[in-house]
Amino acid sequence: MNRQSRFIVSVLAFGYAFLYVPLVLVIVYSFNDSSIATVWGGFSTRWYGELLRNDQILDAALLSLRIALTSATMATILGTMAGLALARFRRFRGRTLFSGMITSPMVMPEVITGLSLLLLFVTLQQLTGWPGQRGFGTITIAHTTFSMAYVAIIVQSRLMAMDESLEEAAMDLGGHPLRVIFDITLPLIAPAMIAGWLLAFTLSLDDLVIASFVSGPGSSTLPMYIFSKVKLGVSPDINALATLIILFITVGVLLSWLVARRRA
Amino acid sequence: MYRKLIIAAPYLWLLIFFLAPFAIVLRISLADPVIAQPPYSPTYSPDSFTFLLTDKLYAITYLRSVIMAAGATLLCLALGFPMAYGIARCQPATRNMLLLLIILPFWISFLLRVYAWMGLMNNYGAINNLLMWLGIVDQPVQLMYTDFAIFVGLAYSYLPFMILPLYATLERMDLDLVEAAQDLGASRSRAFWDVTWPLARPGVIAGCLLVFIPAMGEYVIPYLLGGSESLLIGRVLFDEFFVNRDWPLASAVAVILLLLLVVPIVLLQRYQARDQEGTA
Amino acid sequence: MKDFIRLRGVSKKFGDFVAVDNVDLDIERGELFSILGGSGCGKTTLLRMLAGFELPTSGSIEIDGVDVTDQPPYERHVNMMFQSYAVFPHMTVEKNIGYGLRKEKLPQPEIAKRVDEMLELVQLQELRSRKPDQLSGGQRQRVALARALIKQPKVLLLDEPLAALDKKLRERTQFELMNIQDELGITFVVVTHDQEEAMTLSSRIAVMDRGQFRQIGTPKEIYEFPSNRFVAEFIGTINTFSGHVTARDEDSISVAATEAGVTLTALGKQAVEEGQQIEIAIRPEKIFVSKEKPDDGDAVCLPGVVDDLGYLGNRSLYRIRLESGKIVQVSSQNRRRSVTRFLEWEDKVWISWRPRSAVVLLD
Repeated sequence: MNRQSRFIVSVLAFGYAFLYVPLVLVIVYSFNDSSIATVWGGFSTRWYGELLRNDQILDAALLSLRIALTSATMATILGTMAGLALARFRRFRGRTLFSGMITSPMVMPEVITGLSLLLLFVTLQQLTGWPGQRGFGTITIAHTTFSMAYVAIIVQSRLMAMDESLEEAAMDLGGHPLRVIFDITLPLIAPAMIAGWLLAFTLSLDDLVIASFVSGPGSSTLPMYIFSKVKLGVSPDINALATLIILFITVGVLLSWLVARRRA
Repeated sequence: MYRKLIIAAPYLWLLIFFLAPFAIVLRISLADPVIAQPPYSPTYSPDSFTFLLTDKLYAITYLRSVIMAAGATLLCLALGFPMAYGIARCQPATRNMLLLLIILPFWISFLLRVYAWMGLMNNYGAINNLLMWLGIVDQPVQLMYTDFAIFVGLAYSYLPFMILPLYATLERMDLDLVEAAQDLGASRSRAFWDVTWPLARPGVIAGCLLVFIPAMGEYVIPYLLGGSESLLIGRVLFDEFFVNRDWPLASAVAVILLLLLVVPIVLLQRYQARDQEGTA
Repeated sequence: MKDFIRLRGVSKKFGDFVAVDNVDLDIERGELFSILGGSGCGKTTLLRMLAGFELPTSGSIEIDGVDVTDQPPYERHVNMMFQSYAVFPHMTVEKNIGYGLRKEKLPQPEIAKRVDEMLELVQLQELRSRKPDQLSGGQRQRVALARALIKQPKVLLLDEPLAALDKKLRERTQFELMNIQDELGITFVVVTHDQEEAMTLSSRIAVMDRGQFRQIGTPKEIYEFPSNRFVAEFIGTINTFSGHVTARDEDSISVAATEAGVTLTALGKQAVEEGQQIEIAIRPEKIFVSKEKPDDGDAVCLPGVVDDLGYLGNRSLYRIRLESGKIVQVSSQNRRRSVTRFLEWEDKVWISWRPRSAVVLLD
């Protein structure tokens, strides 16, 4: 291996500092006793206590979790089907449109996705009366739509890398094609499905813009609640909430990385 | 039979929840705003588009969005290329750790990462405290609510999108090629421009695309970090819809934004396809 | 005559790992010299030090009387043909070949002229404007060769030049390389793990193992007179009998070999003491196999049975089990055409060889 030039090393150091210093500062300031978020007033964990007493935050977090669990599961089912179709069925009518629709939601600006879905729900309500109320259901559908694309891509690339002769061998040994999918294909792509589910789950928890469009009055997800607070400026209890989220996710990602590395 | 089901379920879902909505957006962009529920008429008129195209303010907003997104893209490229290059040239163990640290922010809430900069760039925030402590300035510098803040926020949020595709092409590149160029008389920097850069071009294009497109429609960053007068198209769309309740105009803004974005994507895809074919 | 390439005490360490261990080497001008060894023996590191991609931890490298130890690759009059060929995928054949001359800032007409000459030398005139992905493996190899040769280097380094080609093409390309080397008179240093390739190509071979040279000599010397067990076994197949030295004279050594059941004598001038444990080695093609005991007083004759046999077309391989249980490999030419087998499994046979055909191995 070549030695890295000094320039590269310093850019790397700067880049990682750029990525992580803001997060570290949020964590530090979450233990700030002062209620003016930018002035240091001594160490304290009072904001964590206030967080637990804030029913609004807990309600919003609960709604976000319910949406994330449901939409990630739906996205994994639909996305796996789409990935299978793209990787294993070479030809079917409308394939080009299909693969276009799969990849587009990933690059679509959120404001456009959000606006178009809201207008769809409004139109549907006029025509059919459904959805009567916007909230859990509409946000879940919106999140499923954009995150199934990610699952489909992950599953598709896993299938492309996988030896198709495994499935052919199973069919050769007398497996009905549908049985083969359940016996051979799904177990083999399970890691990709899990990765896709986790990604869909996180994307759903993370989304603010689309949820803001398609939610109705009274249903606020966690990001929507946070946004409504930070619009007004830095606030200490949001620092505490951010710290919890950052630590939770960091530990989760590190753990899954270690597990994956041990298996490999 | 099962095959049809596997295709049909996601296909129908996407037709209903992805494609149909665009048709509706297009339809409503051609309606007139009315005070009713829903607030648009069943008529057809190009008024929203004529208004958008003749009003200077909107043209400026689109232009500003393009400039901001392009600037942030260049910033990401300038920082992301050497980083991706450095990561790709590390020992495998270090490389995996460094990559994980690039991917980790992906999983941490986007909103909270933008929020982190609010504390940092505040008049009494960490950056100003540091500058004053160093004696570089004696008055806080206004960082928040400026275009600079938007640039930083965009570059910060989208940097991983630039690094990952760049890393993928650089990592796949045969290092023998660079050595071959040096062997044939090219200095280190010459070999970089003759070999590494042109071969990394697909990654550069993919990375730039992945940063530019979402940055164009960005709503949260300009809202939280930019000033109230710093108009960007994502925010204008949001406000037209929710504040002014002008659904046809908001839809027209979306249609034009989409057109602006579809053109570069198609052009770049065609360019990439031709690049792969080789000499023609 | 002064040696053209001189390595003195060259070592290369990567952390604790010693890739090249205090090596001396002299190569003459115009030689086609091969460094032969298994993977991880240090041969590629040695080549990369000659090219300038690695700096020696200690020692010096001199090429044509100039110390190049610390010169970067782009300042050395040495060029390399990479194992992967490293043909620039975004440049045409022509641009690839002319690259080195453009870096020298030569005038355009001169570059064009020399590129034409090279295209002719490697017979790629028709493919000049193709991109590498439209070329076959053999064609890419020739582009890489032309691209290195156009710089008129003092030394051309070739890293496993034929490893990426299939067998038929490899044989043809071997001779092409030799012809080009002959025509241009440039010193070639080839690194390879393929003993056959080294044997056909080279004027001399250095056999390398764990960072050191185990023997340097002409292909014939290395094959017929391996100086140690590693070299003997690395190049071709060899049968060995170990035992104690019982007697020695000027140019031969006798050993009581229990596996053979007799005392064996072989050529060898090494300094050995009586009673020392050494090995006598004999190549399979130097052994004759017959059904009757051969009538030759000098020859070593041992009885055995056919344990296994294989027909390879031009020759047959036999594994003969001696009374001690030792298996001896024998290779014999199939001179006569016959559909019936000369020997069958479990046939009682005799094997024999001339003492002058065997060699003594010390370690």
